[in-house]
Amino acid sequence: MMEIRKEGSNDFIQEISSMPGGEKINLCIQCGTCSASCPNANKMDYTPRELIAMARAGMRDEVLSSNSMWLCLSCYLCTVRCPRGIVPTYIMHALESLAMRHHLSTKRTRTPILYKVFSDTVYNVGMIPRFGCMSRFYLNVNPFGALKAVPVALGLLRHGRLQLKSKTLKPQAKHQLQTILDKAKAFGGAS
Amino acid sequence: MKYYSYFPGCCMHDDSPMYDTSARAVAQVLDMELIELDDWNCCGSTPYTVVDELSAFCCCARNLALAEKRGFDLVAACSDCYLILNRTDQHFKEYPEIKTRINEALAAGGLEYHGTVRVRHILDVFANDVSSEDIKAKVKVDLGGLKVAPYYGCQVVRPTPNFDDPEYPQSLEHLIEGLGAEAVPYPLKTRCCGGSLILSEESIALGLMHKLLDNALSNGTECIVTVCPFCQLNLDAYQSMVNRKFKTNFNLPILFFTQLMGIAFGIESKAVGLKYNIVPADKVLASYVRK
Repeated sequence: MMEIRKEGSNDFIQEISSMPGGEKINLCIQCGTCSASCPNANKMDYTPRELIAMARAGMRDEVLSSNSMWLCLSCYLCTVRCPRGIVPTYIMHALESLAMRHHLSTKRTRTPILYKVFSDTVYNVGMIPRFGCMSRFYLNVNPFGALKAVPVALGLLRHGRLQLKSKTLKPQAKHQLQTILDKAKAFGGAS
Repeated sequence: MKYYSYFPGCCMHDDSPMYDTSARAVAQVLDMELIELDDWNCCGSTPYTVVDELSAFCCCARNLALAEKRGFDLVAACSDCYLILNRTDQHFKEYPEIKTRINEALAAGGLEYHGTVRVRHILDVFANDVSSEDIKAKVKVDLGGLKVAPYYGCQVVRPTPNFDDPEYPQSLEHLIEGLGAEAVPYPLKTRCCGGSLILSEESIALGLMHKLLDNALSNGTECIVTVCPFCQLNLDAYQSMVNRKFKTNFNLPILFFTQLMGIAFGIESKAVGLKYNIVPADKVLASYVRK
């Protein structure tokens, strides 16, 4: 283990463990319980166990440009089963966050675009309107892809479940939320 | 009468109004009042924590600070809101530097959080704050052995097993049986429906849904009940897409557990809101719904 760390860059593991929830990455014993529990492990470039091993070996670019963390469902099954008390889900989130921050996210996934659309909407509206979010997402990735979503959207519309006009916060509440979020943004992250 | 602060979450005002109306009506029958938190905002969900973790914490912290002023337990009906609000509260208590920053940001909006709010899921409240005898006493419509698959999904019992087991929970089973229906055992009841990836990784999400629907149906269920608007919408609105992709013909009604409770309690059909369910539930429930 010492040798692996010497060969790889320690910065990457430092970066991960300095993020809330990422500290325990060094406790991993490579048992593979996380990978065995993950509903999407078979679609990942590297399984959760492999990702942790690679991160500890300093393979920063390979890890951050993989599709693995973008397929995490945040179902926390790995987390409740990890015998070392690691929260692999948080490590996945930390890797997504780093990949976005360093513009290394693989083009094979559209999840980062969804995340961005979602977060911008939370800031701007204070609530998430499904219709607005769906349409902005499809406009960003592939307007023609939206055609496939039409039957689903129509089903929702027919049953009164697609609000074309979105609800929003009262002006003073929205102002309060945005003032708080501006201050948070100025800190530049949680770590 | 028991009082709770109620955090509906975005879905309730948007695509899942029947969860909101049925939950409120059921609470009333059980002598509980869900008092909506004034001026609440979106919890930020998982995406915001990835894009900017501190901002995401502050989104939740504003809600927590508002709830703290009122003093009751904060009840979320959406599993994602429940998880994210709890996660913020835990990080707030675990990391002094996050606590400081959250409160500095909140101060800009004239708020402060002290970490005293207990965040709960509505399943926890309906399953544990009322005795099963009380539930049974309120049943007006005999569900006569209707076969119901309890679907928990992931985030109501994980990562923190606050009120039930993270992999083999029983709260829903007890409720369903208290209502006179039959809870169908099936292995995938706490497996993820793929909800968070339905827009960006559609085919993967559809595959997860297919496994789940197949598993519930092959164990003999007539309908599925859920505790989360993402699971409900996913399994309901996308069921026809699953059928197209996998050449199946699932026709499984997906109800919120509060809708089933409402039917059993005989609350008015407007509050049960079956017209919002996309896979029609009337055939299965025909003999039970109050006209």
